[in-house]
Amino acid sequence: MKNTISERIFDFLKNYPPLNLIPNATLLEISQNVEIQYFEKDQIIFSQNDHPHEHFYIINQGSVRLYRFIENEKHVLDICDEGDLFGLRPLIMNENYLMGSSANEETILYGIPISLFHDIILNYPKVSQFLIASFATNTREPFSEKHKGKLFANVAAIQKIEHGFSEIQSANYNKNPITCSPDTTIQTACLIMTKKFINSIIVTENEIPIGIITDKDIRTKIGTGLYTIINKVSDIMTSPVVTFPQNITVAEAQIMILKHKVSHLCITKDGSNKTELVGILTQQDLILTQGNSPSLLTKEIKNAKDAETLKYIRAKASDLTRGYFEQEIPIYFVTKVISEINTAITKKAIRMSISEIGKQPPVSFSWLALGSQGRKEQLLMTDQDNALVFENVNPAEYNSVKNYFLELAEKVTEKLNIVGFDYCPANIMATNPKWCISFDEWKQQFKEWITDPIPEKILLSIIFFDFELIYGDETLYNKMADSVFETIEKNQIFLGFLGKVTLDNPPPLGFFKQFLVEQDGENKDSFDIKSRAIRPLVDAARILSLHYKLRANNTIARYEKLMEIEPQNSELFESCANAFKILLQFRTSQGLANNDNGKFVDINSLNKADRLKLKSCFKPIKNVQEAIKMRFRTSQIPQV
Amino acid sequence: MIRFFKKKQVPKFWQEHLDKVQNSQKYANFENIRFVAIDTETTGFDYENDRILCIGAVAIKNNKILVSDSFEIYLKQEVFNKETVKIHGIRKNGNEAKLSEEEAIIKFIEYLDDAVIVAHHTAFDVNMINQALKRLKVGPLESKQLDTNYIHKKIAKTDTYKKIFSLDELCEIYNVQMHDRHTALGDALITAYLFLKQTSKYKKSNVLNLFDLINTNYHLIK
Repeated sequence: MKNTISERIFDFLKNYPPLNLIPNATLLEISQNVEIQYFEKDQIIFSQNDHPHEHFYIINQGSVRLYRFIENEKHVLDICDEGDLFGLRPLIMNENYLMGSSANEETILYGIPISLFHDIILNYPKVSQFLIASFATNTREPFSEKHKGKLFANVAAIQKIEHGFSEIQSANYNKNPITCSPDTTIQTACLIMTKKFINSIIVTENEIPIGIITDKDIRTKIGTGLYTIINKVSDIMTSPVVTFPQNITVAEAQIMILKHKVSHLCITKDGSNKTELVGILTQQDLILTQGNSPSLLTKEIKNAKDAETLKYIRAKASDLTRGYFEQEIPIYFVTKVISEINTAITKKAIRMSISEIGKQPPVSFSWLALGSQGRKEQLLMTDQDNALVFENVNPAEYNSVKNYFLELAEKVTEKLNIVGFDYCPANIMATNPKWCISFDEWKQQFKEWITDPIPEKILLSIIFFDFELIYGDETLYNKMADSVFETIEKNQIFLGFLGKVTLDNPPPLGFFKQFLVEQDGENKDSFDIKSRAIRPLVDAARILSLHYKLRANNTIARYEKLMEIEPQNSELFESCANAFKILLQFRTSQGLANNDNGKFVDINSLNKADRLKLKSCFKPIKNVQEAIKMRFRTSQIPQV
Repeated sequence: MIRFFKKKQVPKFWQEHLDKVQNSQKYANFENIRFVAIDTETTGFDYENDRILCIGAVAIKNNKILVSDSFEIYLKQEVFNKETVKIHGIRKNGNEAKLSEEEAIIKFIEYLDDAVIVAHHTAFDVNMINQALKRLKVGPLESKQLDTNYIHKKIAKTDTYKKIFSLDELCEIYNVQMHDRHTALGDALITAYLFLKQTSKYKKSNVLNLFDLINTNYHLIK
């Protein structure tokens, strides 16, 4: 039967995620059951700790404030507007609201019955993922970290989706299972198992698995004296075996192992125990796939034989990043994992190159990562920025030593380029004779930059002072760091110059009225999130950390250390760290969506919530810049 | 006299209507009252000769518009007026599923239940329905009635006695977006929005009470 109202509501709902992911017929049914509500400005929709409503809400007209009282102080957490969802808590769990909501202006809401949505959550994982994400952003900083664990607790459906990434992943299993025939003696079987370092052996007849012997069988049936080692394996084997087809997923494997109380699954051609054995899946394999994908990748890196393999592994790491994002894993953790993988790849490339040269390095050296890699803030593929320092040598040996390291650098950067790290356009790489020098030369170089801070030199110090040891001699690296701190201590005015440069990037606070977009070129009308939002935070952290001689390169780690050193400013530094996390997440998700480095954000593609989110990051930028202006008296520094 | 005489032959739907309205317990508590915003599209403005083409209605309860409790029905046209087609867009042989006047009116009365009718220029819509009821030898509607025009005049501080406000004017005043104007259910929804906004305003200086609201309609009998 025709219904003009529900058709109109349908037309509205279908424009907004995640409702646009729901098939039309289902969405029309939802539209027919909407409750429309009107709220005057400042009228309360629900209060914090209210009992859950039977509906969650989408804003049809107007906007809604979400707030939370903490120790009797009201904090506005978010302002939602047209098309935004809120009041999702009852959908996730039957608990009172954690936040209150009130109309920010005259508002019309569509209430969507939660009862109708339970099936949708189960049937459309993308919808639930969106809801979880939106749920998480509504309770965002600084409260989300605290609540994150709690939010999804005891909701089976949601948890299933939350862990979906590894569960629907196909399980890795050994495709070359070790077998023996039923007539084999137990002793022979044990000898095979010992030789191959395996804890089980499959008994097959014409390649069809008929039984399995595990360490446990040896312990309970031989060790106890029930059988002797000259008995046949068929006497003690566990039969029949639990079988499964080849396309087994992690979740299925888990269920099978739990259900049958076994530690091994036989993978057969058609999944029955009547066809040929093609593999064996152990509980150990599952643990590796599930909790430890990064460590699995690091292991693969160790075993890699060439740069092509490293490239393949780095591509898998990108998938991991994407998966982490879909699961809303905290950004700090993701950067750590990805940095570890990048470091492992670089280390491996160095080892490969040394063995290619066929000669060990003549003196000790350190391979240094610079810039974002040095700060361990790299999530996406970016350019290479690296340098090399080697131990001081006699002038007579200098040339041959330097040539060795230049050759090494040549080979390493070439491999990294194959992996996907483009050559640095500014040639800030260890292959450049200027950046492949001895310790004394570096010391001299730093002194020059610090005592004569002309713009070009400041630019270099910004890149180089975030250096991080990737491979080689740690003492050499520590000596480098010490020489930087000492020289800066004697030349405090340098920090003022550094501060001046930082302040050249004011935060784009005129965001809505005057979005500071690129004026021309390929990225016209885009917002340069890297230069305008991320870099000022990184620069500020660097200056303060050089000032306090902090042995930390990572921006978040720097702000966290600063919070300890200056408890009176801990709020400022915390807000900077939070803003940095949000921006980094933003940049990475943009980069993943557009398959680029995420430097430019197309403002037209942002919804209002995202814009608000971005805007919330600009205030800390402004505050920390003000602090630097005061502290390092940048106004007294001549224009550089 | 006539009514009393006919009582035994009253059709079931009509008897139920009378019973429901007379026995309803809901009117005392505003939050329990089911309001039904209605609008009709007709072939014209002549009660005697023109006919209803479409009835649209949507329920409001406890300040919520319940889309699941809405009503939209098209009537077979015995009278055709090509002039008004321009306004409502309902053609004589259009695609909408159509019922006879009798079926449509019975369905509507059943839907109405004990609800309080809310409309804009309620007298017109109710009169059109009463005319149709009359042709079924019953009526008029017993339901309590409210009119967004009169509620506005009660609330508004200025030009209260000046004139009659059109639906478009009220939409302007109360900032209600006009979608599907001149479809019965579309106008019913607009009326429902007006009613929500009006009662919300009214509440600020008065206690919300059905009988006080009804008293705003000095032009209406009930």
